[in-house]
Amino acid sequence: MANVTHMSRVRLHAETAPEAPSRPEYYSEPVADESFGVVEKPLSRWERLTRIGALRKLFLLVLLALIWEGYARWLDNPLIFPTFLATMGALFDGIVSGGLLQMSWTSLRVLLVGYGVGILLASLLTVLAITTRIGTDILETMTAMFNPLPAIALLPLALIWFGLGEASLVFVLVHSVLWAVALNTHSGFLSVSPTLKMVGRNYGLRGLRYVFAILIPAAFASILSGLKIGWAFAWRTLIAAELVFGVSSGSGGLGWFIYQNKNMLEIPSVFAGLFMVILIGLLVENVVFSTLERVTVRRWGMQNS
Amino acid sequence: MTLQSSAAALLEVDGVTLQYKTEAHLVTATYRVSFKVQSGDRFVLLGPSGCGKSTLLKAVGGYLTPTEGSIRLQGRTVDRPGPDRMMVFQEFDQLLPWKTIADNVAFPLLASGKYGRREAREKALEYIAKVNLSRFAEAYPHTLSGGMKQRVAIARGMAMEPAILLMDEPFAALDALTRRKMQDELLQLWDDTHFTVLFVTHSIPEAIRIGNRILLLSPHPGQVKAELNSLDRDNTDPQTHQALEDKINGILFADRVEEELEVHHG
Repeated sequence: MANVTHMSRVRLHAETAPEAPSRPEYYSEPVADESFGVVEKPLSRWERLTRIGALRKLFLLVLLALIWEGYARWLDNPLIFPTFLATMGALFDGIVSGGLLQMSWTSLRVLLVGYGVGILLASLLTVLAITTRIGTDILETMTAMFNPLPAIALLPLALIWFGLGEASLVFVLVHSVLWAVALNTHSGFLSVSPTLKMVGRNYGLRGLRYVFAILIPAAFASILSGLKIGWAFAWRTLIAAELVFGVSSGSGGLGWFIYQNKNMLEIPSVFAGLFMVILIGLLVENVVFSTLERVTVRRWGMQNS
Repeated sequence: MTLQSSAAALLEVDGVTLQYKTEAHLVTATYRVSFKVQSGDRFVLLGPSGCGKSTLLKAVGGYLTPTEGSIRLQGRTVDRPGPDRMMVFQEFDQLLPWKTIADNVAFPLLASGKYGRREAREKALEYIAKVNLSRFAEAYPHTLSGGMKQRVAIARGMAMEPAILLMDEPFAALDALTRRKMQDELLQLWDDTHFTVLFVTHSIPEAIRIGNRILLLSPHPGQVKAELNSLDRDNTDPQTHQALEDKINGILFADRVEEELEVHHG
């Protein structure tokens, strides 16, 4: 043992270390393609199935539904927690006879208007922010002030300014979308690689053409995440706002559906309304945004899956 | 008299001092640098890092305004970036990731209004073929290797048929084997069309291989030390190559030896 440590200590000294043994050189010819075992092999069916994200998520949803059903049956109190099947039944009834789809559409229509106006204002603000220094200051100050302010807190004010109805809803929606989208877009623009910016200017692009041809696609990953956050904020705000004053706005939306059924102690329908809210959220996230992601940033190699 | 001589040169850099500001300092990158590039030149700016050669190239590109002196291309003062001076950068991320290779090459042709959609595409495919990437015309940049991306960038620059092609150490980030191959390809392309190129490098062998004329710059700030003719392309004699390398080494690093001597004396 002592001998071994002594040996390794000696090796540290270059003069006393033994030289590497001399070895013969050798040459070899690369093997012809055909004689390889595997160069490329299709994956097994199981491997291919588990690679599909939608399938994995579906499995997760089924699992959650099973847990829900099991717990509700065990609890056996439909006034507090109805079963999954009862909720599905209420959802079906709501769609067939209760005008749930009509109400969802009412909500969605208001939502799209607010979302659209919010995005439009956000693009104006960010274009101003990247072209002028005062614009940057305006954006930074305004987002710092208003982003933490919950949109729903503006509702009483909106009711006074715009009265009961769609206009107030759109106002709070714009507020919930605008700052999230503007902030993300602006930080996306700031993080565009200087090389790409120089390339764009090298082409002689300036002003709006430069923004549309270079900055927006280059910052698209950030813009998309801003749009997603904006969408989620808007959806939440809308349902909350409808719960508070859906009564008075003409036909009423999903929030109103939930509120009304709670008053009538139709708890499965309350759950059906909530389920609809979740369903629409899932649909937008997994169909609209993921498609948008797939045909843009994923395809361009700007985001890894 | 001066007007006539400036009409002869394609690019005229005249007493250019470049300064830029960092957080705490005003840095002078080059001091009163002058040189003239003739049409068809493969003009190399060579110097150690910190000699302001890249800054100088960016000024020719129109990204920086000289604090002193002037830069004229075909008699017109350079005051902004433009497609008559296409740049090839060192970075691999210079291709637009959201466009295919063909679209990347065609885009400046369209954006500058030089060609219509169909001609731009034809032109793009022609130059992509020149750099042997026809198979990848419809691929996206992130699927290509570094060397291939640089070839696309060169094709993009050349397809515009600019007055001058500006190359900022385009091969510096490549491995030695790919680099050697790319140098040969660039020279072959030059044999084809005899474009004018202003090439920045810090590698002396690369400067000798690529250039027909070499401007040597000293560091901190960049000042002209010499302007040399490179060797003939068909001169493959390693001894003359070595002699020129040694000569350039001597010119570029003469100061350093003197400084060391001074220290010794002190």
